[in-house]
Amino acid sequence: MDLFDLIGPVMIGPSSSHTAGAARIGLTARMLLGEDVAQADIGFHGSFAATYQGHGTDRAVVGGLMGMGVDDPRLRDSLNLAKKQGMQISFHPVSIKGAHPNTVRLSLTGVSGKHLTLEAASVGGGLVEIRSLDGMRVDFTGKNNTLIIHHTDAPGMIAAVTSCLAQESVNIATMQVYRTRAGADAMMVLELDEAPAAPVMTAIRSLPDVQSAEFLKGRDA
Amino acid sequence: MNDTLAEWVALAGDGSLAKAVLHAQAEESGDTEEAVWAKMRSRLEAMKEAVQEGLRKDIRSLSGLSGGQAPLLMQHFLSGKALCGTLLGKAEAYALATAECNACMGKIVAAPTAGACGILPGAVLAMMEEKGKTEEQAVDALFVAAAVAEAIVTQANVSGAEGGCQAECGSAAAMAAAALCSMEGGSAQQCADAAAFALMNLLGLVCDPAGGLVEVPCVYRNVGASGVAFTAADLALSGIRCPIVPDEVILAMKDVGDALPPSLRETGVGGCASCPSIKAKLCMRLQED
Repeated sequence: MDLFDLIGPVMIGPSSSHTAGAARIGLTARMLLGEDVAQADIGFHGSFAATYQGHGTDRAVVGGLMGMGVDDPRLRDSLNLAKKQGMQISFHPVSIKGAHPNTVRLSLTGVSGKHLTLEAASVGGGLVEIRSLDGMRVDFTGKNNTLIIHHTDAPGMIAAVTSCLAQESVNIATMQVYRTRAGADAMMVLELDEAPAAPVMTAIRSLPDVQSAEFLKGRDA
Repeated sequence: MNDTLAEWVALAGDGSLAKAVLHAQAEESGDTEEAVWAKMRSRLEAMKEAVQEGLRKDIRSLSGLSGGQAPLLMQHFLSGKALCGTLLGKAEAYALATAECNACMGKIVAAPTAGACGILPGAVLAMMEEKGKTEEQAVDALFVAAAVAEAIVTQANVSGAEGGCQAECGSAAAMAAAALCSMEGGSAQQCADAAAFALMNLLGLVCDPAGGLVEVPCVYRNVGASGVAFTAADLALSGIRCPIVPDEVILAMKDVGDALPPSLRETGVGGCASCPSIKAKLCMRLQED
């Protein structure tokens, strides 16, 4: 356990789960989208739906979507800032069966028209878990360096990706693979000890059957 | 990292608990001890800034329930009229300032949570200013507090939704009590006993935020729990040993939390949240919007 999660995080209040966690989810989504957000449809589930205004959960998620960290004082004013930038935002309650009480579902469109859907839970103390990405169930936290690769399920994909990383001596800490069905949409989530350099990312992106690859620098990396 | 207070006490032996914690964190993170210490020092700086922000008269929370009260408590303390005296009086004013800073979307250090963020900084900063404790002693005290938090997170939890306010303000008071004990030169065992005395005194405290917001009674509980932290530290420093093994008090806190009905676990239903006068205030505020 990291003691700085216990004497910390340094964050904008009032709630580590409803504010800091929400901002982290927004920021993670923004990084995964890989471009500025033009339109955001934000669904709040459970306790998030009940108290999001009083806790500033709405401001926190939007601030995160604009690239603000959990300690950024601009989180307070993010709704106005987003409006000024012309970001289209809608909030509504959602009910997700079996989901953690502090869950948010984001449906985003980027400035170039790129889409991303994400479901994530704020599980306490500002820690978050990404539970679903573009309709696929995943499980990662963003605490460590994370590489997310969206691809078509095909033999040799894992070997191709891991060899790109191995060539540049990037060590893989954990790895998860998901697919909707054989030969269809698939995803790899790799936690890495080192950040892959730009050429590695280019090599992975240019692999056949890879649709996209995004790297999230870990909070503690 | 160590999972129990007993393990931390054993690890510290006759030496400094703070140094043992610092060493363990450096080992786990792969950073140097200097870097880890510097990071904790920057936490102390962030705590000071939160107090200053919370002492402003003009801050208000989104609900309008909090903000601007810490200056009143601070003035009361500065006038020399605080019944709790200079040390606890200041710790309480700082705890309220930090908690109000949090409620008003200011920048705070969660310790261990945002809802209970005032207790540890209030205690440590008051000791620096009123008892002349050094920055090194204060940063060391934060490491001791972190060890207590770690033992609680491992054996119970620090979430109001899971364990009630005893898990938030109770844990924070336990952390502050151990920190105070360490600043006064207490042994590792005395720090553990201080933490247990604090938790023991807040066992059963329910989490009942009005409207589900981290404001009423939360900001005032940060003040009350500060008093418990000082009391607990004095108990341990006097040489009184906690008759219950400290880790067992943590486990008892977990059991009590499990036994709490959902209405008293951060749902905004029972306890203070159910009181008509505060519900009316929140209702009026919503209508104004």
